Amino acid sequence: MKAEKIIPTIKRRSIEAMLKKGERIDGRKLNQMREISIRTNFIERAEGSALVKIGKTMVIAGVKLSIGSPFPDAPNKGVIIVNTELIPIASPVFEPGPPGEEDVEIARVVDRGIRSSNALNLDELIIIPGKKCWVVYVDIYALNHDGNLIDACALAAVSALLTAKKRKVEVEGDELKLLEETEPLPMRDRPVFVTIGKIGESLIVDPSYEEELIIDSRITFSITEDGRIAAIQKGEAGYLTYDEVLNASEVAFKIAEDVRKLLPALPKGAS
Amino acid sequence: MSEEPTLLTPEGLRVDGRRPDELRPIKIEVGVLDNADGSAYLEQGGNKVIVAVYGPRELHPKHLSLPNRALVRTRYHMTPFSVEERKAPAPTRREIELSKVIREALEPSIFLNEYPRTAIDIFIEVLQADGGTRCASITAASVALADAGIPLRDLVAAIAVGKVKGRLVLDLNHLEDQYGEGDMPVAMMPVFNAVTLLQADGLFTPEEFKKALKLARKGIMEVYRAQKEALRKKYSRIPKEGEEL
Repeated sequence: MKAEKIIPTIKRRSIEAMLKKGERIDGRKLNQMREISIRTNFIERAEGSALVKIGKTMVIAGVKLSIGSPFPDAPNKGVIIVNTELIPIASPVFEPGPPGEEDVEIARVVDRGIRSSNALNLDELIIIPGKKCWVVYVDIYALNHDGNLIDACALAAVSALLTAKKRKVEVEGDELKLLEETEPLPMRDRPVFVTIGKIGESLIVDPSYEEELIIDSRITFSITEDGRIAAIQKGEAGYLTYDEVLNASEVAFKIAEDVRKLLPALPKGAS
Repeated sequence: MSEEPTLLTPEGLRVDGRRPDELRPIKIEVGVLDNADGSAYLEQGGNKVIVAVYGPRELHPKHLSLPNRALVRTRYHMTPFSVEERKAPAPTRREIELSKVIREALEPSIFLNEYPRTAIDIFIEVLQADGGTRCASITAASVALADAGIPLRDLVAAIAVGKVKGRLVLDLNHLEDQYGEGDMPVAMMPVFNAVTLLQADGLFTPEEFKKALKLARKGIMEVYRAQKEALRKKYSRIPKEGEEL
């Protein structure tokens, strides 16, 4: 597969014609994800990492930790920073340079979906209130773009966080001492992101790159373990009807439960 | 950090005295800028937003032009003095994302295929922010597009639904945004029942989500009326010969 920015009309027509019969060009059902694989601890230097594939889409996320200062308006909370880069390695449609709006959107949607779900308990990342806390950097890189980068990036970020280890800290007055002993990050939830595309009147789960080229719009839901919505993002220059939005949410709830089974378990005994 | 205000009184009134389903007063003026092809100024609570639309016009650089439709470019920007603590003027990641979602909220309403190889530029400046600026921007920008004489399928109206003390409320102000538990901005083309922007941040059960969407639609209808009224005010009168509107 070599990604182009345009799609031949004949292909567009065949995708649309198949969708009308409830079929997809890669043989999937409308509400079927591609095969997912998650390989954690791929990068030994990182405190947590995950290489995730959804079909041929491949992304890698790394978690790095450092000790920094809490934000002045949240003196009792640690910090999480999510960054995404869509690099030319992943597709000829990506160009080198500072993150564009697509990169920024993915990073911010993943950030919101994780933050709102309270997946990472920031209260437990404070070391000295108002002064010292853990800063959790989640950096996500696209390696191969075959559609649905949002879900892949989120899956990688959450998997990397679930398996990340931080060193224990001893506090003596204002002095911090990092111990050799490690413990998991205080993860409390495992949000799953599900993106649904709309082509014509069909709603499709996990759009592939070819499908994304002719997509009218897409909607992403981040869903917590107890079945609540933690974030939503509609994207692309089309619309969904009111009823399509509700239908898409129902589908997303179902898919999220299946996908969650593939995620690493919540760490036990996080501090 | 400042003390949390009383967000909901025992009588069910909000921090600024509104009922849960009550919007802040909206004021829209059409055609407020001389040099733009279309423009609008909007006040909604403490929000003050001004929008200029240029186009359809020649696109530079030319290689960006699309053979089958107009290219829409949108810049959402907050002035440094629009918020409590001065904001650096350079675009933040937030502004980059909002520029994208605002553009995608407006694009479905425009007959883009009528203007191949051209640009439609939408410039939004938030002069003062009081919560819900992306929705205020969409509401104002849609009116400015109409003022520019660009053919539209429908106006796009937007409002945010939030969760405050476990209760769904319409049109969050900045205090409710800061201390509330959730925020769900929605934009629609009411004639088509079409949702053109939908975001959410905060926890919503499936039931709450359905209710929030319904509440948003109610608010959007009110905003839509204000938009049409503003346009009517400028355009319902036939100008005398030689007179500019």
